[in-house]
Amino acid sequence: MSAPAGVLPAARPAQVTAPVVVADRLGGYAHLVIADPVLAQALPGQFVAVAVGDRQSSMLLRRAFSVHRADPAAGTLEVVVAAHGAGTAWIAGRRAGDELDVVGPLGTRFVLPPAGGRVVLVGGGYGSAPFAWTAQAAVAAGVRVDAVVGAGDADRLCDVDGVRAVVGAAGGQVLVTTDDGSAGEPGRVTDALARLLEEPVPTTVAACGPMAMLAAVARTAAAAQERTGAPVDVQVAVEEAMACGIGICMTCVLPVRGADGATRMVRACTDGPVIDAAAVRWDCVGAHGASVPADAVGAPEGGAA
Amino acid sequence: MSAPAAASVGGATAPDPAAAVDMSVRLTAPAGTVDLAAGVLTASGCAAAGRELDPYLDLTTLGGVVTKTIMRGARSGRPTPRMAETPSGMLNSIGLQGPGIAHFLAHDLPWVAERGARAVVSVAGEDVEEFVDIARTLRAATSDDGPLGRPGTDGGVLAAVEVNISCPNVANRGLVFACDPGSAAEVVAAVRAATDPRVPVLAKLSPDVTDIVAIARSVLAAGADGLVMVNTLLGVAIDVDRGAPVLSRVTGGLSGPAIRPVAVRCVWQVTAAMRAGLLPTVPVVGVGGVRTGRDAAELVLAGASAVQVGTVTFGDPGAPARVRDELAAVVRHHGLGSLAGLVGRAHDAVRDGGHP
Repeated sequence: MSAPAGVLPAARPAQVTAPVVVADRLGGYAHLVIADPVLAQALPGQFVAVAVGDRQSSMLLRRAFSVHRADPAAGTLEVVVAAHGAGTAWIAGRRAGDELDVVGPLGTRFVLPPAGGRVVLVGGGYGSAPFAWTAQAAVAAGVRVDAVVGAGDADRLCDVDGVRAVVGAAGGQVLVTTDDGSAGEPGRVTDALARLLEEPVPTTVAACGPMAMLAAVARTAAAAQERTGAPVDVQVAVEEAMACGIGICMTCVLPVRGADGATRMVRACTDGPVIDAAAVRWDCVGAHGASVPADAVGAPEGGAA
Repeated sequence: MSAPAAASVGGATAPDPAAAVDMSVRLTAPAGTVDLAAGVLTASGCAAAGRELDPYLDLTTLGGVVTKTIMRGARSGRPTPRMAETPSGMLNSIGLQGPGIAHFLAHDLPWVAERGARAVVSVAGEDVEEFVDIARTLRAATSDDGPLGRPGTDGGVLAAVEVNISCPNVANRGLVFACDPGSAAEVVAAVRAATDPRVPVLAKLSPDVTDIVAIARSVLAAGADGLVMVNTLLGVAIDVDRGAPVLSRVTGGLSGPAIRPVAVRCVWQVTAAMRAGLLPTVPVVGVGGVRTGRDAAELVLAGASAVQVGTVTFGDPGAPARVRDELAAVVRHHGLGSLAGLVGRAHDAVRDGGHP
């Protein structure tokens, strides 16, 4: 399962009405298992976009969720839902037997190193949702796996047990951090990541979580590479507000350097969500949104054409 | 392999699209007519240039893909957040991000042609010269002996040009073209003159004006072959927790079902003026908040010959095809064989005393 980031995955996405077959909890989050053979083709790092309510709903826009797990043999896809607002609360409130309108699988996936390589998974809050599954794929591919699972507090940790079960069994380390010290070690995921990157071996870091955390992961990896001389390639699954999830609304953009060196505002839904962290213009990504770099193609200030 | 159109959402029953209803619509240009397969199209800014919707519906069964507005050069668009969900709608503030006309002609329009679909190309500029430049470039790229077929005819991908005049006129203190009859007319006349006479030029109007009939009159006098009504309404959303506007540039365009009554009103007023002989009669394309075939039928009954499906596509990518099928069912329900028969019937009902 390796394709260059930015290449559309093999599974052509579809819009499906699919039953929820399991609705339970995963720690502080809602956990839904959805049965559909197309959605079940999803790969680690990809996401799905779920409609809220029925055709009369006043909430028109889909909510995007990274895929917690997909099982083509069982024909199921799983998501972990944090109820932030009215829309996610409605989705989190679905029960077994309810139907959901889902579009997917969408976006780019994590590209694992070849057999014998090493990957470190870094999840913040519900950003760690895909990582037990990602770790399984890595172990199956003969890749060595370590992980950092972090959150603001113990209640917001996601699937520590699931990640431990896979990574621990394969002999890897799982470091748990919370900002307030209510679980694991007190501190940030980047503190733990820095320790895992002290070993001078080429490493792929796959990270998912809030944008500020992803920026910090990118900085930590760059510093480690500088220190040890071993290359650290960072792939981040970015979180951006999306109206459609399929590439037609142009709302989920962020500034990314292309292969030609030019910066463009690219769509997180089609060029991402998994993006090479080294290409992201973190200097222009803030807590509430991204600005347009003055040197971006087509910037008002007159960037490169 | 397209996904079946008219996916049933939320338990609604998909109508039988097999029943024969003539859903076609005819547009007229100075030197020809253009017949669209169906009077249901995508809406500008809600379908990119078509490719992204291909997995979810059969674009060839629509009247056309109305492209995201194309400008001369590449544009980065605005900072994020660019979007805010609002009750039955959304605000957007994209800033006309796009790769520019050259990239569009090299990569996007050929794809639509190869797919066998039709395109209505939306164009905009910061001044009249930019509009003209884009129209000329588009004309040169869609010549009779070129790979894109004969424009404005059955063989050509280019079905019409939609003039997006809801953008600031840099040459006139940044005032929106669509809000000034003189500026609106100047742009439409210039685009009409620069466009192949077989290709209809449609003017897309803003509802944020005091008298939309007056704007319609001026662009029709300038040679518009049809009207598209309406563009978004300007709005603001505030994040109460942060105590700050949601959008990076404060204001955004309001779209979605929340604005449908405004769109129906604008179509009603302008087509009423046409029926009264106060304006030349041209096809009107209704757009604003269409979610179902019944919504589309409101615009058609109010006088629109065709409709565009916009914001709802973000949440329901198969919506344009579903709306086409549902609208066909409404036409049948009225005992009619063609969409054209439904156009403006609500005006007749009022004339005949058939309203409460």
